[in-house]
Amino acid sequence: MHAAKGRPSEAAERPGYPERFVPALLDPGRPTPALVAGPNGKAADKRFNVYRNNVTVSLIEALAAAFPATMRITGEAFFRAMARFHIRETPPTSPLPFEYGRDFPDFIERYEYAQSMPWLADVARIERAWLDAYHAADAAVLPPHALASVRPADLAGIIFEPHPATRIIRSAYPAVTVFSANRGDGPVGRIEVAAAESALITRPALEVEVRSLQPGSDVFLSSLLGGEPFGNAAVTGKTCCPEFDLAAAVAVTLEAGAFAAIRHGG
Amino acid sequence: MPEVASHTDRAQQGTLRFPAHPIDGLAGTSFKHQHLPSILADEERRGGFFEVHAENYMGAGGPPHAALTRIREDYPVSLHGVCMSIGGPQPLDKDHLGRFAALVQRYEPALVSEHLAWSTHDTTYYNDLLPLPYTEASLRRVAEHIDEVQEAIGRPLLLENPSTYVVFKESTMSETAFIREIVKRTGCGLLLDINNVFVSATNQGFSALDYLSDYPLGRVAEIHLAGHAEQEDDEGDLLLIDSHDGPVADAVWKLFDIVIGWRGPVPTLIEWDSAIPEWSVLKREARAAQTILDRHAAVPRQEKLHACG
Repeated sequence: MHAAKGRPSEAAERPGYPERFVPALLDPGRPTPALVAGPNGKAADKRFNVYRNNVTVSLIEALAAAFPATMRITGEAFFRAMARFHIRETPPTSPLPFEYGRDFPDFIERYEYAQSMPWLADVARIERAWLDAYHAADAAVLPPHALASVRPADLAGIIFEPHPATRIIRSAYPAVTVFSANRGDGPVGRIEVAAAESALITRPALEVEVRSLQPGSDVFLSSLLGGEPFGNAAVTGKTCCPEFDLAAAVAVTLEAGAFAAIRHGG
Repeated sequence: MPEVASHTDRAQQGTLRFPAHPIDGLAGTSFKHQHLPSILADEERRGGFFEVHAENYMGAGGPPHAALTRIREDYPVSLHGVCMSIGGPQPLDKDHLGRFAALVQRYEPALVSEHLAWSTHDTTYYNDLLPLPYTEASLRRVAEHIDEVQEAIGRPLLLENPSTYVVFKESTMSETAFIREIVKRTGCGLLLDINNVFVSATNQGFSALDYLSDYPLGRVAEIHLAGHAEQEDDEGDLLLIDSHDGPVADAVWKLFDIVIGWRGPVPTLIEWDSAIPEWSVLKREARAAQTILDRHAAVPRQEKLHACG
């Protein structure tokens, strides 16, 4: 049995209740929309506030769940206030819970009260990449011994296909150390590292892994993930960073499961 | 009308990748990943079903799919959509509908449901089940949307009644009249959330039993039970919040008992979505529901289906 399918309702006939309901949802300064009321002549302010509260609090919870290390660094009250500002400025556009928060690290970077923690946005970027890796497509990783079968003469032309979960977050701060210290429940000791750390995020099986990349390795790996042949990527790494250790970079990225396959470039 | 939530046609076509676990007369719980080890280690692994929010499994891969695949091998699963925005006037999001249909195909759920509510307006997603006025215009829209969903998933959808806090001045019919007409026009089934009925009845000042007497119980293929929280309205009277964060209230258990007495056993879910307790607590709530279902299954049903549409 189907509803009447004759003529689709015209847009002009479209009921307009959402237009009148939503403006006050994320703006506490606006009055309760006039189209709603309480029953039997009752007021509807506290009643409408249930929806306001549901929207804002559930989105704060969504950000808190996606950015636990960021929240641990700032403390819960600071985080929730920051999240509320972000939600009002940039509400979600996707119904998928794990898609929200892509703009949150950039918001943190310019958030007035977070300026004393310049590494905070990069920690949030690692957490956002962690969530992407968590939900990424399943795929087998390139086994570490795969390079052994490549003839030395062909090595420079090899192209690496990224594993769907692989992400790199480059940072001018010790973002990986700060992330790792705050992501779990363990005690956070004094963080002594001051050097820049870039993060390699992978998910070779079901566990997301986060590693710190040595200087030059991040540039090299970004180049490989961008589709550059092995030889070019190695030159790029060395050019950017004289102490770049190619053998170590290859070992760590293969061990991390950063790639799905290799193919011979044209 | 086709039998609601029937799964047998596809089973006969041999398309099943999972066992066709029957769900009739079972009590189940929300599936939370932190419970998976306890569920798999549970010695009394019999009966029961699990319900998941569809949107949590719309990623490409990873642990969510691994966990759901594991649980689907041993148990019937109910797929519960939260954000299709069926109750909104704007067209359904085709990408979202496609993802939803793909999940139905992939996991072969015993039950598939969505809400009489909306959550998206223009391009903004509000992450809540927002209410709609009950008018001829909104009725037509909702019926079109349900037709579209049912066409995409190739089976009847179960529509869940909302918990409400406000009334719309423009409404011209009751919620039960609206739902009866939706069922008539679309042939959809119903997910009766008895906690929502109790919450709305308290908040709107009507009788929950009157509502249930007027509800098309014959089309109900699943029941939800959940906990609620208490606040106050502008006049200082009790305002109940559909919070899903605690045990089912005594009054809701009583209404459940009455509905099952009228309707006979229906798959019944204990919903618990925040302040999630240990698996043993959730299991105890499900067992309480199962006891009521079994009691009514054991005795010849008193034919009180006067309310069935």
